[in-house]
Amino acid sequence: MLKVDRSFSHMEYVEGMEKTPHDIMDKVLSERAQYDYGKYTENDVKRALNKEFADVEDFKALLSPAAMPFLEDMAQKAKGITRRYFGNSVTLFTPLYIANYCENHCVYCGFNCYNKIKRAKLSMEEIERELKAIADTGLEDILILTGETRSKTSVEYIGEAVKLAAKYFRLVGIEVYPMNTDEYRYIHECGADYVCIYQETYNTDKYEELHLRGHKRIFPYRFNGQERAILGGMRLVSFASLLGLDDFRKDAFATGLHAYLIQKKYPHAEISFSPPRLRPIINDTSVNPNDVHEPQLLQVMTAYRIFMPFAGITISTRERAGFRDNVIGICATKMSAGVSTGVGGHIGEEKGDEQFDISDPRSVTEVHNAIEAHGGQPVYNDYVRV
Amino acid sequence: MEDKLVIGGHSFNSRFILGSGKFSLEMTEKVIKNGGVEMATLALRRANVGGSENILDYMPEGITLLPNTSGARNADEAVRIARLARAVGCGDFVKIEVVHDSRYLLPDNYETVKATEILAKEGFIVMPYMYPDLNAARDMVNAGAAAVMPLAAPIGSNKGLSTRDFIKILVDEIDVPIIVDAGIGRPSQACEAMEMGVDAIMANTAVATASDVGLMASAFRLAIEAGRKAYLAGLGRVLEYKAEASSPLTGFLRD
Amino acid sequence: MLLNGERVRLDKEQSLYDFLRGLDYNIDRIAVELNYEIIPREKFREVVLTEADVMEVVTFMGGG
Repeated sequence: MLKVDRSFSHMEYVEGMEKTPHDIMDKVLSERAQYDYGKYTENDVKRALNKEFADVEDFKALLSPAAMPFLEDMAQKAKGITRRYFGNSVTLFTPLYIANYCENHCVYCGFNCYNKIKRAKLSMEEIERELKAIADTGLEDILILTGETRSKTSVEYIGEAVKLAAKYFRLVGIEVYPMNTDEYRYIHECGADYVCIYQETYNTDKYEELHLRGHKRIFPYRFNGQERAILGGMRLVSFASLLGLDDFRKDAFATGLHAYLIQKKYPHAEISFSPPRLRPIINDTSVNPNDVHEPQLLQVMTAYRIFMPFAGITISTRERAGFRDNVIGICATKMSAGVSTGVGGHIGEEKGDEQFDISDPRSVTEVHNAIEAHGGQPVYNDYVRV
Repeated sequence: MEDKLVIGGHSFNSRFILGSGKFSLEMTEKVIKNGGVEMATLALRRANVGGSENILDYMPEGITLLPNTSGARNADEAVRIARLARAVGCGDFVKIEVVHDSRYLLPDNYETVKATEILAKEGFIVMPYMYPDLNAARDMVNAGAAAVMPLAAPIGSNKGLSTRDFIKILVDEIDVPIIVDAGIGRPSQACEAMEMGVDAIMANTAVATASDVGLMASAFRLAIEAGRKAYLAGLGRVLEYKAEASSPLTGFLRD
Repeated sequence: MLLNGERVRLDKEQSLYDFLRGLDYNIDRIAVELNYEIIPREKFREVVLTEADVMEVVTFMGGG
């Protein structure tokens, strides 16, 4: 069963996938390949920390092992930048999984199509009940998620869910399969303004090994998803590698460079990062964060902050409460609360199994209070849709 | 590794672009030689009847000529001047200069973008003189500009890098060469701009109004080279980043 | 005709080239706009001037 579907190449588009220019992808992949983090020294790190604005070279230095002894300095610098650009505010949101069917076989993911889990898809009535329950907690920012399959969760289905979400929430995002520009435009017209796509790893060989089946195998189509989302009218796009799948320093570098080049090409686009580490999944204990421990994760997050001062950084419930509460003062600007990664689950029982285990199960009120206790200002939205 | 300035596919060793105004014709040649100049601007004017002396006769062999569109008050006039300049037959380079403010002589970025688009499509190598505004610079690059030439201070003011922070933004964000034009009054200011990562300096008044014009040209050459080398070398640490004492932020980490 | 904004008299029908040479212009250093259209140098001999023409003759001078 653990067999690669070689009926199509992971670097070639299949029918129906919109092609976009590969200028950014070619640059990110070649820079990632050339990134030799072992060559950076203490001096490179110090110089990067001394600059008012870090450039790509500085970003490389900050992600290198040479920067580890300077983690406290990086945190101090990141904190100053975060305060300058975001003040004390921390935006709260929650994800809502409306389905967990998936056609992909991603070996690290609990939703993968061969994992024997309880599958489900919420009806529009169920979605609306979930949305109401979440809105009652005071949240105004929601991320709608599905597994990745067009056959079970069509663009129209997602669009209808977004329309409902827009009734109850000021800001609606989607984290679903990558789409074509016209589809993003449709989802945007339904009421969504942001799109999250995890590239997982920017090592294309590793990517092929990890994504054995399904459309997700097509690396370039996923890579160019943010660009299509922007062209479709989305305001905010989010970037992520699942740290621990491959060399996390190289993947963190590629993620940052990808976001940087997108912002350069589309200066109006808002950028954010989600820096997740691998989490344990149901039925496979071998999935673990490898060498990405908390200090390394903080290094990546502070490097993102120093390199991209304006970018949002979301801290996942994959991390424990103590970590999350502390990084919001340093570099993170957005955190989830009242999270369930199963299908539904905001009222009564979950209808389908979870994607991964979470480490911070706190409610919205609990997270709100924790942010205040750390000197932050919880914000439910900072956005007026026009 | 060779460090060349590349504009529109042409490479240059010198990063000192000379504005040729306000010199006697005899001095022009000396300034170019002392300054190591490889590119000099020219203005287009009505030709007086009769075979009077011409600046082209004083331009050394190998100099790249950069006609400007000074006198243009809008995009159409700039385009007309640029086409005429090319018809004289000195290559495809053009510096677009559109000014319709006679008090401060500030360039009109909006009209400049329009002229850039038209001329780039006609095969000109377009180098627009501009007020350092990031959005305008992006528009110029998208319109086909081969370089952008932000002003350091009002033209002829010799005030130095008044627009420092905004030029730095262009250096960080714009992928074509950034050439600081106008306002550079002394070699130290040229050096400072080059240290910041600017690709070249254009100067005219600062050289032309010196007591010893030839000596000032070599002073600029050295300053521009020094600034370039400093930039390539990577400036050392100047500030101490631990400016504020504060309690450790990373005590919460677990392995 | 108008040359660089000034009225000049055409003594006889002549080509643009002969006209410019007659005024001692260095043909290689100038550009000519005739009735708002640029005339390439290689066409100077073909173009015949008339009294109604408006001509600009330009060259380079020092300038930033």
